[in-house]
Amino acid sequence: MRVTIEINGTERVLDDVWEGESLLYALRERAGLPGAKNACEQGECGSCTVYLDGRPVCACLVAAGQAAGHAVRTVEGLSTVDGELDRVQRAFLAAGAVQCGFCTPGLIVATHDLLARVPSPDDAQIREALSGNLCRCTGYEKILDAVRLAAGSPA
Amino acid sequence: MDFLRPRTLDEALAMRAERPDAVPIRGGTDVMVEMNFDRRRPGALLDLAGLAELDTWHRTADTVRLGAGVSYARIMAELADPLPGLAMASRTVGSPQIRNRGTVGGNLGSASPAGDAHPPLLTAGATVEVASTRGTRLVPAADWYLGVKRSALAADELITAVHVPVAAGPQQFAKVGTRNAMVIAVCSLALELAPATGAVRVAIGSAAPTPRRCPDAEAYAGAEFADRRLWTVGSPLPAVLVQRFGELVAAAADPIDDVRSTAAYRRTALAVLARRTLTWAWREFRDGGRRCA
Repeated sequence: MRVTIEINGTERVLDDVWEGESLLYALRERAGLPGAKNACEQGECGSCTVYLDGRPVCACLVAAGQAAGHAVRTVEGLSTVDGELDRVQRAFLAAGAVQCGFCTPGLIVATHDLLARVPSPDDAQIREALSGNLCRCTGYEKILDAVRLAAGSPA
Repeated sequence: MDFLRPRTLDEALAMRAERPDAVPIRGGTDVMVEMNFDRRRPGALLDLAGLAELDTWHRTADTVRLGAGVSYARIMAELADPLPGLAMASRTVGSPQIRNRGTVGGNLGSASPAGDAHPPLLTAGATVEVASTRGTRLVPAADWYLGVKRSALAADELITAVHVPVAAGPQQFAKVGTRNAMVIAVCSLALELAPATGAVRVAIGSAAPTPRRCPDAEAYAGAEFADRRLWTVGSPLPAVLVQRFGELVAAAADPIDDVRSTAAYRRTALAVLARRTLTWAWREFRDGGRRCA
């Protein structure tokens, strides 16, 4: 089927979408946006986190057809078109919050959402906001550093 | 496979009647897992996400009619005052991403014994509203759960709402899991005190083929509270009462050994949750946290 989704501010027409396909698959394999990662495919890991109508969701648990007519923002859509990184992306680099990098896009979207809602989160709020994102490399300390760093940076 | 996108509830009900092979999907947090893992290949997905009729809640003096499509995130943000038990349970569901999509309607549709919304719906005496082209009917939550992942929903019906009585007193919810987030319950428990009627209500999840109330524990606590005039005296709960209440809750369970835990641990943990939640709720009552419906 054909599905039209607003992705990162641009209306995209995706063809040959299978009716049972996830939004994650459509983003990666049909829209050419591999930022959101496919790890668990069951909502456990948060690596596929994207904004759907402004709220972070697991793209693997949204049927692509459900996103038709709605607005999706992926990690690629957080930087500017000329490649300038968002403050959360810069903070993850600066703090060394990235090791293998597989969980990073999801954590960045989740952090981006947190700071939009809570500009100066305390540690409990950070942990709660990132509780749906698993990282198996860092032990999370550098990720928490990155969130605190981003919170202290101009948006 | 077809992807059906009704624009109104009436259209959805017509599609549901015409396509018994269609699986309703709203938040997708259960259905898409089954799709992704090739566990399910229905003839069609029936997308309920676009139906505004399911996305609202309405409060009257004593009841909240909660649309089946209202997310857990919204229940936490908007309904913690009238429905504290359900809001507490909602906070323990999955992760922020899951709570942004998942719904009580989906919990009821999946009817997993581990669904977090079930125990507070049972203690509150909620009623499930279902609709089909034949009409609408109301099913008490107590009659909803028929077996593991089996509910009273007929093949041509959709869950449209759940009617939840406004809290008549302190409510509590507690859940055991391997961490605080992203866990399917090892076991869970909801408790409600109703000072006006002297009732103590308690329900358990992930502890039997279906979520269930604990009638013996409720009868014991109700009688003890009355005999000891606790509602009027407001004294601390006797340790023996709390202990016995926990034992009776554990005895109401019919748990199994599975990947998440053992039957023996579940019984032990349920007694602990029962003692804790009864103590917390009683403290709230004594502190004047009593709510008037």
